[in-house]
Amino acid sequence: MTDILVAPVAKATTGKELPPWRLIARRPAFIIGALILLFWIVCALFGSSFAPHNAYVQQLLATNQPPSAAHWFGTDQLGRDVFSRVLVGARSILLVAPLATLLGTVLGTALGLALGYLGGAVDALVSRLVDAVLAVPAVIIVFLFIVAVGASAVTEIVVIGFIFAPIIARTVRSAVLVESQLDYVPSARLLGERRLQVMFTEILPNVMPTVLVEFTVRLGYAIFAVATLAFLGFGVDPASPNWGSDINANYGVIGAGYWWETLFPALAIASLVIGINLVSDSIERVVTTG
Amino acid sequence: MARYLLKRLGLAVITLFVLSVIIFFTGQVLPGDPGRAILGPFASQAAVTNLDHQLGVDRPLLTQYWTWITGALHGNLGTSYQYRSAVAPMLWAALVNSAKLAAFALILIIPLGILGGVIAALNAGRAPDRVISLTGLSAATVPEFVSGIVVIVIFADGLKVLPSTADAGPGASFDTQLRYLLLPVIPLVFEFFGYIARMARAGTIEALESDYARTATLKGLKRRIVITRHVLRNSLLPTITVIATQVGYLIGGLVVVETLFNYHGVGLLIYDAAINKDFPMLEAGVLTIGAVYLIATLLADVLNTYLNPRLRTGAEQ
Repeated sequence: MTDILVAPVAKATTGKELPPWRLIARRPAFIIGALILLFWIVCALFGSSFAPHNAYVQQLLATNQPPSAAHWFGTDQLGRDVFSRVLVGARSILLVAPLATLLGTVLGTALGLALGYLGGAVDALVSRLVDAVLAVPAVIIVFLFIVAVGASAVTEIVVIGFIFAPIIARTVRSAVLVESQLDYVPSARLLGERRLQVMFTEILPNVMPTVLVEFTVRLGYAIFAVATLAFLGFGVDPASPNWGSDINANYGVIGAGYWWETLFPALAIASLVIGINLVSDSIERVVTTG
Repeated sequence: MARYLLKRLGLAVITLFVLSVIIFFTGQVLPGDPGRAILGPFASQAAVTNLDHQLGVDRPLLTQYWTWITGALHGNLGTSYQYRSAVAPMLWAALVNSAKLAAFALILIIPLGILGGVIAALNAGRAPDRVISLTGLSAATVPEFVSGIVVIVIFADGLKVLPSTADAGPGASFDTQLRYLLLPVIPLVFEFFGYIARMARAGTIEALESDYARTATLKGLKRRIVITRHVLRNSLLPTITVIATQVGYLIGGLVVVETLFNYHGVGLLIYDAAINKDFPMLEAGVLTIGAVYLIATLLADVLNTYLNPRLRTGAEQ
């Protein structure tokens, strides 16, 4: 971390400090992560139009084919092209995880602002709620809810969003507590601003960096959770290409030597989470030290 | 010190209570009609009502919660819907299996994590530090089943040197059990190496920059002695807390690993209960994981207080 600390300080002495997003964009880790992320976003949006085969079409005469020139990643137990399924499979995970994270971030930020600025009994109650949620890995809590109400994209988004909200609220709350000590908050009150106005127009802009970091970090966790749920058999739609569900459907035949059916979707998940973490780590380092 | 620990204990009890309410609500209220869920859409309403009565789910919610929670406190975790027998003995047997897997994982994770963190700290900002930090971060964020698949493909399918299931069968020798547990342990090591290395790194850097480390260096002590005698003793204190917290998460993270490797631990038990809508088993399993986590965290506090003289003597702050 020391190397990162040095860079902005050196810049400050020359009097030409770069804006934070320029500092972020200069980091090689960010560029690599952003490129990986961009690739999967393009796949999620247009994957079906440039995939070499139709990801849904079964060729029952060409099942379990090893990787070849015609099928780069081979075919699965139903003869579907694994490469095409990997490309198209980006869609479901990149739809559910960001929406869930967004919901959690919006709710969590509002809650964190209220807790930090208004405080009181609600604050104590929510702290216990966060502790309780954190006592069990998020995946298990989500799992419990999904089993209880049935799997669907909306359920996954709502449940993950609601579980993230108190966790994000806690981080936002501590940032708000720091901001509330600063002079501009009582000044705004003295100028006659109402509490809500102070919260959303004065404090919120100043805790946005924290919120942004929280969003990217939680996005990584959301992808982890959505992929794991799909792997455990709680995918949203069994026919549509989904990395986790495809692994679940095919990992039984690794022993028969058909490794490509699970390995490639697994590597796709790995590349996506690593990409997001490179991005979030870069943002976090610049925001927290700069 | 006693007051501090009592306060922690009190908070843990309250947290466990909140968790139990969340679990009860999810398991008993959200699924709607358990009788209907078990018997399916084509069963007659009379049969469903009858089963609901038998299961006790037609009583008022507060009564149900009270019965459930007082039972749990007395070690009675209810009756499994799918096996029609008591949950507690099955859960206990599974917990023992999971503890074996977790213990094996920890024996590898702790030394590797601490070593990685200390090496990174001693090379802070240089190549070894970046490699260790980035590897740890990436490995921690890749889901366990992804790294599990990769090791299965390489070691079980490709090289054929290790079995792809974790269950060594009844009466297997210690060596055989270890051999079967080796592959499942690798995803867990990936998952937790980064956290521990990160804490060990941060603690070591802080200690290296401290006044006492500088004094030790300036009075002419060799670097090796400064590090082993002055730096490490102080830097590993926060790491111990992190390890204890991770123990709780480790047990929780077993769901995926145990499902993938078909190992009969508490994770597979929860998964199995979820698939079969066996809510008493599921609720008991999740509550147990929460309790294990809270106990581990509490032990971390006790250990930390014991190891840190400033907390032990009861000095404020």
